[in-house]
Amino acid sequence: MAPHVAVYIRHVRARRCPAACPRRERRGTILHVSTPLTIADVERIAALAHLELTEEEKHVFTKQLADILSYAEQLQAIDTTGVAATAHVNAHEAERDDALRPCLPVEEALRNAPDGAPEAGLFRVPRVIG
Amino acid sequence: MSDLFANARAIAGDIAAGRVSAVEICRQALDRIGRLNTSLNAFNLVTDERALDRAAEIDRLRASGSALGPLAGVPIAVKDNMCVRGMRTTASSRILDSFAPPYDATTIIKLEQAGAVIVGKTNCDEFAMGSSNENSAYGPVRNPWALDRTPGGSSGGSAAAVAASCVPLALGSDTGGSIRQPAAFCGVTGLKPTYGRVSRYGLLAFASSLDQIGPITRGVEDAALALQVLSGPDPMDSTAAHEAVPDFLAGLSREARDVRIGVPRAFVSEGVDASVLAAFDASLDVLRSTGATLVDIDLPHAKYAIPVYYLVCTAEASSNLARYDGVKYGYRSSESSQGLKTMYSKTRDEGFGAEVKRRIMLGTYVLSAGYYDAFYLKAQQVRTLLKQDYEHAFESVDVVVMPTSPIPPFKLGEKTDDPLQMYLADIFTVSVNLVGLPGISVPCGLVDAVGPGGTTRLPIGLQFVGKMFDEATILRVADAFEHATEWSRQLPPL
Repeated sequence: MAPHVAVYIRHVRARRCPAACPRRERRGTILHVSTPLTIADVERIAALAHLELTEEEKHVFTKQLADILSYAEQLQAIDTTGVAATAHVNAHEAERDDALRPCLPVEEALRNAPDGAPEAGLFRVPRVIG
Repeated sequence: MSDLFANARAIAGDIAAGRVSAVEICRQALDRIGRLNTSLNAFNLVTDERALDRAAEIDRLRASGSALGPLAGVPIAVKDNMCVRGMRTTASSRILDSFAPPYDATTIIKLEQAGAVIVGKTNCDEFAMGSSNENSAYGPVRNPWALDRTPGGSSGGSAAAVAASCVPLALGSDTGGSIRQPAAFCGVTGLKPTYGRVSRYGLLAFASSLDQIGPITRGVEDAALALQVLSGPDPMDSTAAHEAVPDFLAGLSREARDVRIGVPRAFVSEGVDASVLAAFDASLDVLRSTGATLVDIDLPHAKYAIPVYYLVCTAEASSNLARYDGVKYGYRSSESSQGLKTMYSKTRDEGFGAEVKRRIMLGTYVLSAGYYDAFYLKAQQVRTLLKQDYEHAFESVDVVVMPTSPIPPFKLGEKTDDPLQMYLADIFTVSVNLVGLPGISVPCGLVDAVGPGGTTRLPIGLQFVGKMFDEATILRVADAFEHATEWSRQLPPL
């Protein structure tokens, strides 16, 4: 993930986090996230990810995700005080001139759309406001 | 005269010398795919007409005396998560069932400029997420050595196609072992180049800080040749490095004198199947005989690589796969009359398979408010410690050796109910992606197993890991190992 995405997420978190929320804890503090995962958590995450899960999927995922997260908790035992985060391993600069370059023609970009509107140069989507 | 059982370099040489035509080799490949794919399910798409046209073009070029590329007339297969203009590209997902890319991946352009002839797109785990190929919307690939077993994943179709001599060269992608582990399971050679060595433009992104494209071949020489063609910077991929590209073939010398090879003994001793450990120990003796020096090393954080990997890759996947929303391309749910948000969530629920949803869910969770520091940030910090482990090891050695997989190819269905058990089998491959290093898997043994048709032999793989951008040294060691043993010349009983 590009670093700016992480920064954005952290920014959003800082703005919206209520005082009692665990994420308010100082960075570097070892957090114990051993609260068992509930179906309500799975529903909340599914909504964030725009996934509409069936009841069966919700049950299966609650158990499987809990297993994986509890396995991942072993990382909490490692002292990472003062250790920088590695988001990527690129060693080189990746800047280029901000110059116009040829890109995909609109018509071609629309060719795979499930409901394209090439005459308008647009993707058509269902109603946004009910 | 070459046939499909020869390597890519020999086939290209024979075509260039006029000893065999590109069309003849292409027909052989298409015939063999036609005969074997019903049982292997290695191909999602076979492109007969286009392939024969391209092969005829190579023959015309030769007849006119034009210079031919290093892969002229070599039939190749491409993992179905790379874009070929106008050629159905699905990532083995229902959500892209009818997607025809409007452009070519950079790797495709380079291979076709070198004269390679694409004969089809290979089956894989959906969006390259899996270690057994069982997460494909088009059914699992079967291991050519034992049809009741997995070929590994996620590039299982590419590895099976090479192992079954349908093609001498196939492209795979490797985010946490997806080239090396199926290569090991199918008894072929799989190379994951350094992060940045090969452009990913046109690769359907899974985890952008980890994904890398590389070749699957029957031997090290072809891996070196393919890497030569694939390497280099690309204005369309800012992560593709400007690092100098050495002559990889020239570096192969069939010996490994003065190469210091690190053995992370403590890391390798835990949870490894006895048959894998026996093949590994025997391989160390072979390496000594090639002139290499073995040195004990420690990678103290390597045992944490699985949780780090599955937190990092799912976080990145949840972001990358947000683009599949039923608007721009691919599948859209027919239940879209209730508005945009319902269309998104129904499309994604119907279009994605279980493992992809699981990873999107996990990634969304670890990036979500309250859990970011405890999971995602923590994983990134341990990723730094892992990087330091390798940096420290590479102060005293040139290459690190370990098994590719802790277990031999397992039975289809054996691990599908327990995703965590499936993830744990990636222990020796994932750290290499997290640090960005190059890694290669070569065959190092065959272990007997009982199957429905009697006793079968299952391939075991040996992995060499090198310093950043030092593919040359791991290729040299792998080549020395290959020539000191017979393992790469074994063929499955098809």
